[in-house]
Amino acid sequence: MSSLFGRLNGDVTPFTEAFNHPSVSSLVAAGAASMVVVGAVALLILLTWFRLWKPLWRDWLTSADHKKIGIMYIVLGLVMLARGVIEGVVMRGHQATALQGGFLSSEHYGELFTTHGTIMVLFVAVPLVVGFINIIVPLQIGARDMAFPVLNQVSLGLTAAGAVLLMVSLVIGKFSTGGWTSYPPYTGVVFSPGVGPDYWIWAVAISGIGSTLSGVNFAATIYKCRAPGMSLMRMPLFTWTALCAAIMLVYAMPPVTVSSLMLALDRYLGFHFFTNDLGGNMMNYANIFWMFGHPEVYILALPAYGVWSEVAATFSAKTIYGYDSLVIATMAIAVISFTVWLHHFFTMGQSTSVNIAFGIATMIIAVPTGVKVYDWMATLWRGRIRMTTPMIYLIGFFILFVIGGLTGVILANPTIDYQVHNTLFLVAHFHNVLIPAVLFGMLAGIHYWFPKLFGFRLDERLGRWTAYLWIVGFCLTFIPLYVLGLMGMPRRMATFTNPSYEPWVLIAGFGALVVLMALIMVLVTIGYSIRYRDKLAVPLGDPWDGRTLEWAIPAPAPAWNFAVIPKINSRDAFSTEKEKGNPYVRPQSYDDIAMPKATAHGFILCVAASVMGFALVWHIWWLTALSFAVIPVALIARAFVRETEQLIPAAEIAHAHDAWLNAVWSTRGVTRDEEDSPANRGLAAPDGGPA
Amino acid sequence: MNPNPYPKLHPGLNLGPAHGVAHEGSEAVLFGFWIFLMSDLIIFGILFATYAASTGPMAIAGGPRPTDLFDLVSVSIQTAFLLASSLTCGMAILAMKYGENVSRVKLWLVVTALLGAGFLTFELRDFASMMAHQGTPMRSAWLSSLYALVGLHGLHITMGLLWILTMLALIQVQRLSNKVKTRLLMFSLYWHFLDVIWIGIFSVVFLAGLV
Ligand code: HEM
Ligand SMILES: [Cu+2]
Repeated sequence: MSSLFGRLNGDVTPFTEAFNHPSVSSLVAAGAASMVVVGAVALLILLTWFRLWKPLWRDWLTSADHKKIGIMYIVLGLVMLARGVIEGVVMRGHQATALQGGFLSSEHYGELFTTHGTIMVLFVAVPLVVGFINIIVPLQIGARDMAFPVLNQVSLGLTAAGAVLLMVSLVIGKFSTGGWTSYPPYTGVVFSPGVGPDYWIWAVAISGIGSTLSGVNFAATIYKCRAPGMSLMRMPLFTWTALCAAIMLVYAMPPVTVSSLMLALDRYLGFHFFTNDLGGNMMNYANIFWMFGHPEVYILALPAYGVWSEVAATFSAKTIYGYDSLVIATMAIAVISFTVWLHHFFTMGQSTSVNIAFGIATMIIAVPTGVKVYDWMATLWRGRIRMTTPMIYLIGFFILFVIGGLTGVILANPTIDYQVHNTLFLVAHFHNVLIPAVLFGMLAGIHYWFPKLFGFRLDERLGRWTAYLWIVGFCLTFIPLYVLGLMGMPRRMATFTNPSYEPWVLIAGFGALVVLMALIMVLVTIGYSIRYRDKLAVPLGDPWDGRTLEWAIPAPAPAWNFAVIPKINSRDAFSTEKEKGNPYVRPQSYDDIAMPKATAHGFILCVAASVMGFALVWHIWWLTALSFAVIPVALIARAFVRETEQLIPAAEIAHAHDAWLNAVWSTRGVTRDEEDSPANRGLAAPDGGPA
Repeated sequence: MNPNPYPKLHPGLNLGPAHGVAHEGSEAVLFGFWIFLMSDLIIFGILFATYAASTGPMAIAGGPRPTDLFDLVSVSIQTAFLLASSLTCGMAILAMKYGENVSRVKLWLVVTALLGAGFLTFELRDFASMMAHQGTPMRSAWLSSLYALVGLHGLHITMGLLWILTMLALIQVQRLSNKVKTRLLMFSLYWHFLDVIWIGIFSVVFLAGLV
């Protein structure tokens, strides 16, 4: 039996656990597992009921279109965000009652912060960021797709495979309790013999390979596929941040792949990289992990900064202030972020001088970040500002992110870090940078670019309320954690005994509920806007009087992006054309366009990688071998496919493009005063605001 | 005004003017592959660093030491095999670039594969003899890092052999189509890259271990 099913048996689900040992904690676990099962079953039923299987397969899962792949990334990120936030709320709820012991077992609390951290960083922030890069970069540089569209599918497949493993771990077996960093020797086989760390290892390693490949793809795309005239220093700032993030992905993801596979070798084959005996050295793990871990936060933050640059310029109707300095700051951050990793373990026992060097490097990285904040503020200065939803997020970001950055500079001082290391002060700090920068940035990006993808705007009134809720909820949840940290409350602790913590813990618990409301409001906004999409429609493609190339095409963007590849003569290319007075010109002629054909390649690799990860976790060796074998077979088979492209005839493109141009010419453009009214069909009229 | 309509696109191997579309078509792909190799280089870099940090007495943990296990003669033979295979790989590319001689390309690829297989045979023989003398990766941190580094290189060579076989089959079906040309260029980059890594292993692991 065990050769057939490995470590699997009937007792590994939370349902059996809840049945045998009923308690609040085990019931919560069973409830979470049933949510996964019910959600999956409901999805299957809905797809069947509405006969969506075929469109799903044909238009999405096998599509090599960068926009669709990007949308799938973002959907993945939002689904995982829902799980991550719910876990955060459950943890805060538990701690609110923790003086009386709380309702979760400490084992369960451990699982929660581990899955929460892993999910938020690798399966929420990464998919959202990678999704936006996928969608926006080709549109901004005047390309028709990524350099390697099928590789792009594969990246998505591998990332999704990691997420699948995390979801499966809710239902079958238990996840690791070792934190998102998974430090050995605790996560070694001696102290954690169960399947938990194995789930972590394979989820991280498989999705990490996907992210590396994304980095390769983005870098090649930005270097090689720009439209004629789009020199590097004419690229929009989002593309610049994407380029730096791409290079960072290429260099920062391999370390985590290696460290998790080394941990796997220790666990599966008895190697001694990080064990307590026979020369193993866990400090090496900390080093390798954070060589990934620190750059990773900037991989997430840089593209979010890119969104802020676009948002600040567009909604102030001004050219971005200090383009050159923003580019240099982006590059500086990308480089310096590889030189600070040691600040995550100042207390590990290396010499003072090493600590000082890394402390100083850490403080230095705040400088280019500060430059950027000033540039954005100067962009707003004397602009014609509209307080749209993305701008509210931007203002929230300005204030909150600066606080988070400053607490980071405080932590960069090793002597201070010794005092607050492993306390909630740190938890407050990193949420304080990740949420206002990355999460708000992505939410702002969703509002900003949604119309480009789907052809209608998101409702502004609901959007603004959502933004305010996020900001308030964030403050209530995380500012108290600074206080708690300074009072000495450790992180990753299920319970506490000091009653003076309680008021702050209660405030944080209440705040988490506000955050949950904000998340629900995101979904409400999207749902409401879909319902009233006719009133919000902006088919002409330029709802915000945009400045960069992506606003010069219809909404939703056609499969081929650009009917004719544009020639670029300036920064803010579309703005320049508008200033010249003739942004919409009918091309003299149209050509056939070759686009990548749909293929099931990425999907096959996704299934194979998911099954392989699952089989490895449960030691089902025959299945491991079988699913592993699929990978080279699929790759080799792909090499023999001859026709990988399909031609879209020029007539079809001409027909679509001319229809759109005619609509543009027969529509009245709106000024910015009418931006938020049904009159806005996506055609901007010049208005008399300050330049 | 562009005097050379076929600029040299990337360091490494180019097809040149005679190959027209294939020359340009290989640009983005080869560039992407370069980037990919750089990320692979980071993986090796970390394993090199881990190895370098695991050579002290603590990491050897009372187990066998380099001098007990390494066989310089065998390692030198492996090195000879691998360097020679790089040469023959280059010959395959030249046969493609000048003359587009299909059978000669195939011949050189087969020779490359044989040399690679020779390398692997000696490497596995060494592993077996090390294991027979208590030199298993489970014995100490030093041995763990040794097997990880050298083994990963061996794994790359194995994948390279699989790649050669695939290329031979592909050439059989598609002759020297544009896609085949680009893939051959990628393969040769990969194969030379493994050579460079091996030089590092030879010096850092074997030579340094025996001094
Ligand atoms: C939105 C509401 C959120 C809530 C209520 C929340 C709550 C929490 C809580 C209670 C913990 C455990 C603290 C401890 O006891 O150590 C935690 C840890 C963590 N959170 Fe969040 N969080 C939220 C959002 C995020 C986001 C957006 C990210 C990242 C993008 C994130 C990343 C992390 C990480 C990395 C950890 C550390 C996990 C570990 O200790 O291994 N969280 N969060
Ligand atoms: Cu850091």
